Amino acid sequence: MPKRFMSLIGPFIGLILVIVLFGALEPAFLSTRNLMTVAIQTVIVGLGAIGMTFVIVSGGIDLSIGSVIALSSVVTALCVRAGLSPATSVAIGVAAGGMCGALNGWLVTRLSIVPFIVTLGMMGIARGVAKWLSAEQTVTPSPEASEALASLATKTATSPGIWITIALAVAMALVLKRTVFGTYTYALGSNEDTARLCGVPVERTKVWIYTLCGLFGGLGGVMTFARLSVGDPTTAIGKELDVIAAVVIGGASLAGGKGSILGSMVGALLMAALANGCNLTGVPNFVQEILIGAIIVAAVAVDRVRAARA
Amino acid sequence: MKTERDSNPLLLMSGVQKRFGGVVALGGVDLEVRRGEVHALLGENGAGKSTLMKVLSGAHAPDAGECSLDGAPYAPSGPQDALERGVAMIYQELNLAPELTVAQNVLLGREPRGALGWIQADEVQARVASALEALGAEELQPDTLVRDLGPGQRQLVEIARALVEDAQLIVLDEPTSSLSQGDTRRLFEVVKRLTGEGVAVIYISHFLEEVQEIGDRFTVLRDGETVGAGVVRETSLEELVALMAGRSLDEFFPKVPHEPGEVILELEALAGEPLPREASLSLRRGEVLGIAGLVGAGRTELLRALFALEPVRSGEVKLNGAVSPARSPRERLDEGVGLLSEDRKGEGLALDLDLATNATLSHMTPFSRGGWIQPSERRAAVERWIERLGIRCTGPEQRAGDLSGGNQQKAALARLLHHDVDVLLLDEPTRGVDVGAKVEVYRVIGELAAAGKAVLVVSSYLPELFGICDRIAVMHRGVLGPARPVDERTEEEVMSEATRGFKEEVA
Ligand SMILES: Nc1ncnc2c1ncn2[C@@H]1O[C@H](COP(=O)(O)OP(=O)(O)OP(=O)(O)O)[C@@H](O)[C@H]1O
Ligand SMILES: [Mg+2]
Repeated sequence: MPKRFMSLIGPFIGLILVIVLFGALEPAFLSTRNLMTVAIQTVIVGLGAIGMTFVIVSGGIDLSIGSVIALSSVVTALCVRAGLSPATSVAIGVAAGGMCGALNGWLVTRLSIVPFIVTLGMMGIARGVAKWLSAEQTVTPSPEASEALASLATKTATSPGIWITIALAVAMALVLKRTVFGTYTYALGSNEDTARLCGVPVERTKVWIYTLCGLFGGLGGVMTFARLSVGDPTTAIGKELDVIAAVVIGGASLAGGKGSILGSMVGALLMAALANGCNLTGVPNFVQEILIGAIIVAAVAVDRVRAARA
Repeated sequence: MKTERDSNPLLLMSGVQKRFGGVVALGGVDLEVRRGEVHALLGENGAGKSTLMKVLSGAHAPDAGECSLDGAPYAPSGPQDALERGVAMIYQELNLAPELTVAQNVLLGREPRGALGWIQADEVQARVASALEALGAEELQPDTLVRDLGPGQRQLVEIARALVEDAQLIVLDEPTSSLSQGDTRRLFEVVKRLTGEGVAVIYISHFLEEVQEIGDRFTVLRDGETVGAGVVRETSLEELVALMAGRSLDEFFPKVPHEPGEVILELEALAGEPLPREASLSLRRGEVLGIAGLVGAGRTELLRALFALEPVRSGEVKLNGAVSPARSPRERLDEGVGLLSEDRKGEGLALDLDLATNATLSHMTPFSRGGWIQPSERRAAVERWIERLGIRCTGPEQRAGDLSGGNQQKAALARLLHHDVDVLLLDEPTRGVDVGAKVEVYRVIGELAAAGKAVLVVSSYLPELFGICDRIAVMHRGVLGPARPVDERTEEEVMSEATRGFKEEVA
């Protein structure tokens, strides 16, 4: 038990440092309102990181999640504009992401192409489809039509977006640690040959893992639409790297077999808090980018040193 | 009574300690190695042999203890430093670059350079040729790619690498566990040659016959401490075993009475891609059938094709009388057939995951409901096998990769037992397993047969096949010969079939 939490200590300390540091520099950082903003800003990367944790723990990678978020935001906006009910629009938006993920999984397993290439392709395809569906413009439903979904992303303590993310994180953490599917995910990432030898349905499990990641990307797209009230085909460019960074900062290994949802959530919070704090204190954007880059490398380095000592 | 030669010891280690977190791997070890001797390091699985050698070769820093080499204090900062002091470790998972040539591998990182940093080709040739000659391995061409060499030859390349560095002390950790008999003989010749020139060799093996053949002196570790040392020739096998295990073993091959029942598995002219070429046999419940043969004859491929890990070209597999063309290991497992892989690091275990996951990965139904695992039930299931097989570990949560070699093998075996399969395909089931634990594995195999399971054992260790099998078949160049009762066979006959083929086989 203590050993399991050991690997979370690094990112937790990082998160606390960031909070204490910015709290001291700028008391407004710690105001409820601002903390809610940080939480809201974590939602999209956080949702993506839940799905990405499964992919990375299984030894894969999904570079398409940023594009999937954009595609799903456009699809959701189109549905809302067409007058579909909010629930239907959300379902279709999430499903669009799930389809991209399923296609990723299918290509990875059927054609045995490495995930890096498949999802690099999907990154272009999903982005292209988003632009095509939206005729390369933002899709803006009427304010009345968007209202119901916009309430998902209100900046209050009861903001549904935050609670949905927390609930899903808890649920998926349990799935990863306590189900047969989660165990298969770790087994695939640790040693695929062993998994095959033990009769793990390797192909089917992988398709599910990528589909899951797509679904979470889709949900991220819905949240993006909720926040902006427009479907923007050029949104979330480069978001896949934030998502991957959150997972890696949270202790996952790109070689597979290691990682946890809680860690990934801490990683996502750390990045959101850092970005928000920098904005508040007027630290220029480039410093922010340097800091985040340094934190990614430091997080992995700390993990290495700890592994070597143990 | 020691036969003291009045030479100073080359290596002295005393009171060496090493712990990993809460695990005491070495609790105070003394070791003395002399020039020109083969020093056998013995002990049960998890006794600390590999750990001690990692301390010696600079891979681990000890927590306490003194070492001296050639009279001078010795505390290597890393493997490279150790090598420069003349201590070389030949790892079992060989560290060679397969796409480079023999010469490039031998001199990797130490290429002789001329002006401008160009590698001097003739100097390379000369140094590599002299190292190969010192080994008596002149037939190895310096410009062959390592990829094209067999396991025995690769090991020679590793040793050549130690020689160009003028190693005075070479450590061989279970060097023969995946070598053919021919390669093993060859290695012994090389070892004798080296010790003749004053090099000391530390030799770790669970094959006590080998130790008796080439060992000069020995040291026994138990639970991370030195419990005895002496001269191999003056010590009987029983005494060695008793020192290692802390008790004496009454029998090496425990007999559990079992009766063959109805036929469960039949192979009809099974052929794979490209091996095996032809294999037919029938296996009964309550029977242990052994397959002997040379390394590379296609025994492993037979088991893998049978387990649907590799494609079947032609032929039939029948289970309980019905033809069964399974397409995946999952289907085989569901039919009650399980495979123990010979390659436990590469395939047999997920080293990063814990023992519990490894032991139960193929069969989680007993403690899962609707896909949700009940951790306490799983724990209980795994603890039973830890107890039954005597797996030395800190508990079901220990990382499989941190177990000692032999305990990893037991963890892989535990998975088949947990799955409770009816047909067990065991590929080298006791590779790397210590003498006492081997007896335990044999007893388990006997009990499985007594419980009506069918066991197919592939092994390169003939005494083991003769000790535990009811019938033995020999595989020669991809063709499986007829299985005959073990009391109608002799080791000589089996060896000759394995090397020269079968008398019955008329072209
Ligand atoms: N990196 C590690 N972390 C934790 N425990 C370890 C580690 N390496 C070794 N151990 C433990 O130290 C003990 C000694 O292991 P070691 O590998 O030296 O045994 P060994 O004598 O070589 O056994 P074998 O004959 O099975 O190879 C074992 O209990 C093992 O689990
Ligand atoms: Mg060992």
